[in-house]
Order: sequence, then C-alpha cells, then structure tokens
Amino acid sequence: MRTEFRLSGSGGQGLLLAGIVLAEAAILEGKNAVQTQSYGPEARGGASKAEVVVSEDDIDYPKAIDPDFLLALTAEAYRTYGKVMGRGLVIVDASVPQSPEVTARTVRVPILATAADELGKKVVANIVALGVLGRVSGVVDLPTLESAVKNRVPKGTEDLNLKALRRGWEIAAAAAS
Amino acid sequence: MPRTVKLMQGNEACTVGALAAGLEFYAGYPITPSTEIAELCAEELPKVGGSFIQMEDEIASAAAIIGASLTGKKSMTATSGPGFSLMQELLGYASLCEVPVVFVNVQRVGPSTGMPTSPAQGDVMQARWGTHGDHPVIVLSPGNVKECFELTVRAFNLSERYRVPAIVLMDEVIGHMREKVELPDASELVIESRPAPKSRVGYKPYAAETDGGVPLMAPFGEGYRWHVTGLFHDETGFPSNKPEVADRLMRRLAAKIDRNEPVIRDFVTESLDDCEVAVISFGSSAMSALSAVRKARAAGIKAGMLRLRTIWPFPDEAVRELSSRVKAIVVPEMNLGQVALEVERASRCNAKVARVSKVNGELFRPEEILAAIMEAAK
Repeated sequence: MRTEFRLSGSGGQGLLLAGIVLAEAAILEGKNAVQTQSYGPEARGGASKAEVVVSEDDIDYPKAIDPDFLLALTAEAYRTYGKVMGRGLVIVDASVPQSPEVTARTVRVPILATAADELGKKVVANIVALGVLGRVSGVVDLPTLESAVKNRVPKGTEDLNLKALRRGWEIAAAAAS
Repeated sequence: MPRTVKLMQGNEACTVGALAAGLEFYAGYPITPSTEIAELCAEELPKVGGSFIQMEDEIASAAAIIGASLTGKKSMTATSGPGFSLMQELLGYASLCEVPVVFVNVQRVGPSTGMPTSPAQGDVMQARWGTHGDHPVIVLSPGNVKECFELTVRAFNLSERYRVPAIVLMDEVIGHMREKVELPDASELVIESRPAPKSRVGYKPYAAETDGGVPLMAPFGEGYRWHVTGLFHDETGFPSNKPEVADRLMRRLAAKIDRNEPVIRDFVTESLDDCEVAVISFGSSAMSALSAVRKARAAGIKAGMLRLRTIWPFPDEAVRELSSRVKAIVVPEMNLGQVALEVERASRCNAKVARVSKVNGELFRPEEILAAIMEAAK
C-alpha cells in the first residue's frame, strides 16, 4: 500500500528535515520510501514543501498524487494545498484560521505553540509535527522515529528533539480523540 | 560482503560514486541544484588525500579539472545549466586533447538563470552539441538514486577508457530526491583507468595505439615529453595544419565513440515484448512514465518502455528495431522535444512519434503521460 505525505509551510521551518526523518524511519522498518522537495530560491521564507511516499512495494512515481496526509504550518500552505486535498486528512496548526475553501477532513493541532511555549524553542516545531504525523498516520512506530531523529538532527540537540517528537506524539492523541 | 542500505540523495550518491571510481580532484563553482555534490566533495576528498578547489567561476573550474587530469588524477566538476554553458569551450578542449574528465550537470529550467530550484531536461542537445565542432562525448542519464552512483562510476570508466569527457546528465528531481538505496561494496566494482604507456622512449602522445583508437596517456610530470594544444595536432601533439593530419584526427576522434557504440549504449526496458505503444524516456520523466505504463497495462493497453541510461551516443539501432514493431512511440521529456527529435530520426517514419512536453518546472504527473499513451493507442 502506498501512503503519501505532503509537509508544507515556509522555508526555514525545517519541513524538509522532518520529511527526511520520516522517510528514514520507514526505511528502518524495512519499507520503501522516497522523499522529494519543492522550494523557492530563498534561504528562509517563501513556500516550502516536502513530500514523502512510503510503500511496501516498489515506488515508481516519487511525488504525492493524492496525499493521505497534508501537514500545513502556515495559512498560505493550508489554503494552497488544503483546497486540493481529496480523500486525505489535513493536519493544520491550530493558529491558522479555518478556510471554507478547504473541505477535506481536518484536525487542528497546536504544533507551533507546543514548540514555542512549552518546549521554549520554536525551531523544533518540525519535529513536534513529525511526532503528530507519525502517530496519526500509523506508518511508523515511535521507537523507529526516535532512532531516525537521532540519526539526522544536529549533534547536541538530540535530547530537545526527542522531547519534541514525544510531545508531538502525545498531542496527536489528544487531537484525534 | 556487507552492503550499505540507507536513505540517500541523488547528488550524494553521485559523489559517493565518483569517490568509488577514484575521484582525486574536484574543482567547481557551486550552483543549485548541484551544490550538495560540491559540499560533499569538499568534505570527503581531503580525507582520501584528494583536493577540492572552489574556483572563481565555471570556466576556471573546467580548466582546472582538465589540468588535474593531465597530471594523472581522476577529476570531476558539477554544475547546472548556466554553469554548463560557461564550460562548453573547455569541454571541446578536453574532447580534442583527449583528456578524461567527468562533468555532472544537474539540470534546472533554462535558458539563462531560468528557475534555479525547478527541474528540467533542456540540456540534452547542449550536452551533445554545446561546444563547437564535431566532437566525441558520452552522456549518461541516471533514472533513480542508485543509478546516480552506478552511472557516475561508469562515466569515469568510459571517460578513462576512451579518453573523452563524460557527462552525467541529471535533473533537479533526481539530484535532490532521497530514496532507499543499497550500494555495492567497493570490492564488487570494476574500476578502469586510462591506457598508460610503458616507455618514455619514442613516446608519441597522440598515436592511436589501442584497438579502439585511443592513444596511451602519460601523466604530466613523470618525464614523458608531451605537448597539449587545442590546435589540431599530429601524433607528437604539436600543431599541424596539414589536411591529411586534420582529417585523420577528426575521424579517429569520432570513431572512438561510433565504433564502440554497441558497448557504450545502455538502456532498460519494461514490458516491450508484446508492446504496441512504446514510451521512450529518461531521468525523472521516466519515473512518471513507468507509473503511466503500468496504469496503461492495468487498463488493457499493451504499453511498454525503453528508458535511456545513455543518451549520447544515441541508441539508433535499438530505437529503429522498436519502431519497426510498434504502432507509436510516446516521448515524454521536460523540454520541447529534444530526445523526440532523435527518436523521429532513428525510427525513420516506421512508427508515429508523439512528443509530450512539460516545461513549467514541474515533474510530469503519470496521468499526463497515460493520456498520451491512450491517445497513441487509438
């Protein structure tokens, strides 16, 4: 079965890294995974998008066609990619105002606030989001995600990022119930 | 032997392949979407006793790798369209002087600065004809991350064997994509080096001594007397204006590749045996095409695919044979029909050739190619 993720927001939010970690976790569980990206010429700001396709089978087309999960961390990303969502689930940051244009199933999760207020570092919002995505999708287990996070985040930030991941995993449960 | 299984990016796999092939010198000017290759070379080359230089521009970068190769070091640069344009003069110099070098071009949308972060495949003809004069080159096109590794190794081998510039023509999707790859252990690889002379006595640097018409190459600084010039030259390497010398040189250079096309050409096929509508594609377009072909099969259409892993020399014979037994050939590419032109030429009107172009900086969606297959099947 093919599961497609689209992670969207603005450049600098670390969504590419979140996509890489998700793909790596899938591989650690013996699945196939492909991660692609699309971004503007800016180093920060501008629209940014990472996509991950996970499958037990061979993956031919590497991009998301009809995403199972859309993560949107900005209002712009939510509107742009939310309105083209079909059968999949939209996971949007709680700070983003709802739009009538987005008709797909939606859960609102306080990802940015959890990172900034609770963990005190807004830069870990991407890893909080990864925890949310991992739990909601059920594609990878928490221990595998933890290993993948440890492999990929900068040295010295492992503890903070693992905390962010677990917190994301927890708030996902609250959002889903 | 243990094999490495990991999540790897195309640009990373290309660099790892270059190092496995014996890369010792990299000169370049970083440019999106090829920059990761420069970054990794800067990190890794010093660890293996090699050198990395960031040059002032792409012209100097191309000149530097030619110089390094002349001293016997396997050399490479990586760039994208704007930089590849600047390198063309030196690419011709490497062709004429028979200096083995590898150019990696991770294509983005052009012409000019274009769309720096978006994929395209518009440099197919430039890779073949970007420098002036008839000249030999070999152009390889990886279709996934693993092939970025394999075809970079092969680019070095072919470049060394025939003493020609070899170009690894990638695109933004292939270069930036990460996927699960299992790389072979170094002991499983065949690594080739340029044919070397045995004696300084009577050494003629441009005498075509091997079977394929490839002269023996002595490294500079080891006592061999050798002159290198971009002027036409005789067997000693010194300039000559003699018509018979020019004619012999030009024809020998072309024959190095033409005569060896059967061993250079490389493509993979999918469901071609009973195929009625064939797709010919390459690079990232071929990933969308493969998905389209599988969907067409599921819908009962006898579709198949020939995916080019070498674009130049163009596999004329394979395309001609295919064209003689199918109804139509669909050629999806992220340009306005550069490979389609070659398919039309090689198929000699045997089959209808349908161009499918995408030039908006986005990868094909499989349905776009599927629609063309459906249309061609009518």
